[in-house]
Amino acid sequence: MLYQFANVFVFFLYAVILCALMLGLGALLRPSNPQPSKLSTYECGEPPSGPAWINFNIRFYLVALVFVIFDVELAFVYPVVAVFKDWVTKGQGAFAFLELGLFLAILMIGLVYVWAKGDLEWLKRIPAERPHPGEPVRRAA
Amino acid sequence: MSLINTAPEMALTTRVDDLLNWTRKSSLWYMMFGLACCAIEMMQTGGPRADLERFGMAPRATPRVSDVIIVSGTLTLKMALRTKLLYDQMPEPKYAISMGSCANCGGLFQLAYSVCDGVDRVIPVDVYVPGCPPRPEALTEGLIKLQEKIAQERWLVRKSEPVGVRA
Amino acid sequence: MAMDAAGVHARLREKFGDVVGPLEASGRNASATIVPARIAEVGEFLKTDPALRFDCLSNLSGVDYPKQGHIQIVYHLFSYPHRHAFVLRVNAPRDNPQVATVSGVWSHADWQEREAFDLLGVTFDGHPDLRRILMPEDWPGHPLRKDFVEPESYHGIPTSRESLLKA
Repeated sequence: MLYQFANVFVFFLYAVILCALMLGLGALLRPSNPQPSKLSTYECGEPPSGPAWINFNIRFYLVALVFVIFDVELAFVYPVVAVFKDWVTKGQGAFAFLELGLFLAILMIGLVYVWAKGDLEWLKRIPAERPHPGEPVRRAA
Repeated sequence: MSLINTAPEMALTTRVDDLLNWTRKSSLWYMMFGLACCAIEMMQTGGPRADLERFGMAPRATPRVSDVIIVSGTLTLKMALRTKLLYDQMPEPKYAISMGSCANCGGLFQLAYSVCDGVDRVIPVDVYVPGCPPRPEALTEGLIKLQEKIAQERWLVRKSEPVGVRA
Repeated sequence: MAMDAAGVHARLREKFGDVVGPLEASGRNASATIVPARIAEVGEFLKTDPALRFDCLSNLSGVDYPKQGHIQIVYHLFSYPHRHAFVLRVNAPRDNPQVATVSGVWSHADWQEREAFDLLGVTFDGHPDLRRILMPEDWPGHPLRKDFVEPESYHGIPTSRESLLKA
């Protein structure tokens, strides 16, 4: 077993040497000319203004949350799938299938709720403008 | 720590210089600085017919990862200040190509109040590509000329004389 | 129902009286001159009156007349419900050109009035955000005035280039 550790160690050494070689060779062979304007923050040519940390829209958090929930659900499905064949040979395949189906169905209710509430929409819809009374309806020219 | 500009001119060091120049000229990532109509021709030069990808040139949006900035289109005085800052933010080794009449000398709009007469008022230009707009073939020739210019550069070898055509 | 220019002018006259000048020119260029301080009320009436309904300010531009001593702001209006058009003109004195803003009536007048301020120096009373839009923030003068003199350089960049065509 110690021999296999040596394998890992050689792999690790190879990675370290390769990275050091590439970075070291680059440092030796590239020009180095730091200037204040070169080191300034990039802001499409404008002189940088304001802090780099800003508030971001809450919808990114919502998307990430929904993703995490369903990703964990998937992670729970994988072990069941791994041992499913054993359960089938033992004659309890239908039971296992129904249990897994129940698990997925409960979480599917959650998905339907999120969908119906509009939390999966990236852009919220706004109500359309009503025409003024007595005015002819606009049509294409 | 850098070995740049340190070595005497020997067969080994000139070979290393040639290798470096070859790697740099074969992979010139250009920063698309399309300001006006010349930008369309620059995009078409990267398009399928006059392909720039076959030379290893890829379009980039930021100066931080690009080797050459292709200034295509009319440069206004308002934009000239930003162009200077963007050119400064490019890491060395960097080159600049001025594409089209407006970037070369102000072009058609030289007498206008808002136009900067040529991008070489703010940044040092390596290759001027004339035309209004220059055809993709013309821009490709400009880039090939830039490749020839890069091939003459000296890095490891000490720069004792000005760069000229080497035997 | 589309009204012709005479009809629009008659309706304006009956509502506002002497604030509205006589009908000038004809056809597409038929226009009326309005007192500068009252243009916002006239605009509001033109937009909301059911027979007129000019809901689109197609263009707001300015012309400098140094000999007559005024700067003229021209408003091109169009009505989508009724499909008719009209032109309004406003004469502001050249020493201190001030016109009431119509950005409360037509919201897209905002940037067009900023352009008139930037290039001609006309201030619009009541404008939410009157600052330069095309020229740089620190540009001296108003370029479209007939007596505008181009500065020698801007931030160290010379604004003219010697012509190589002169023998």
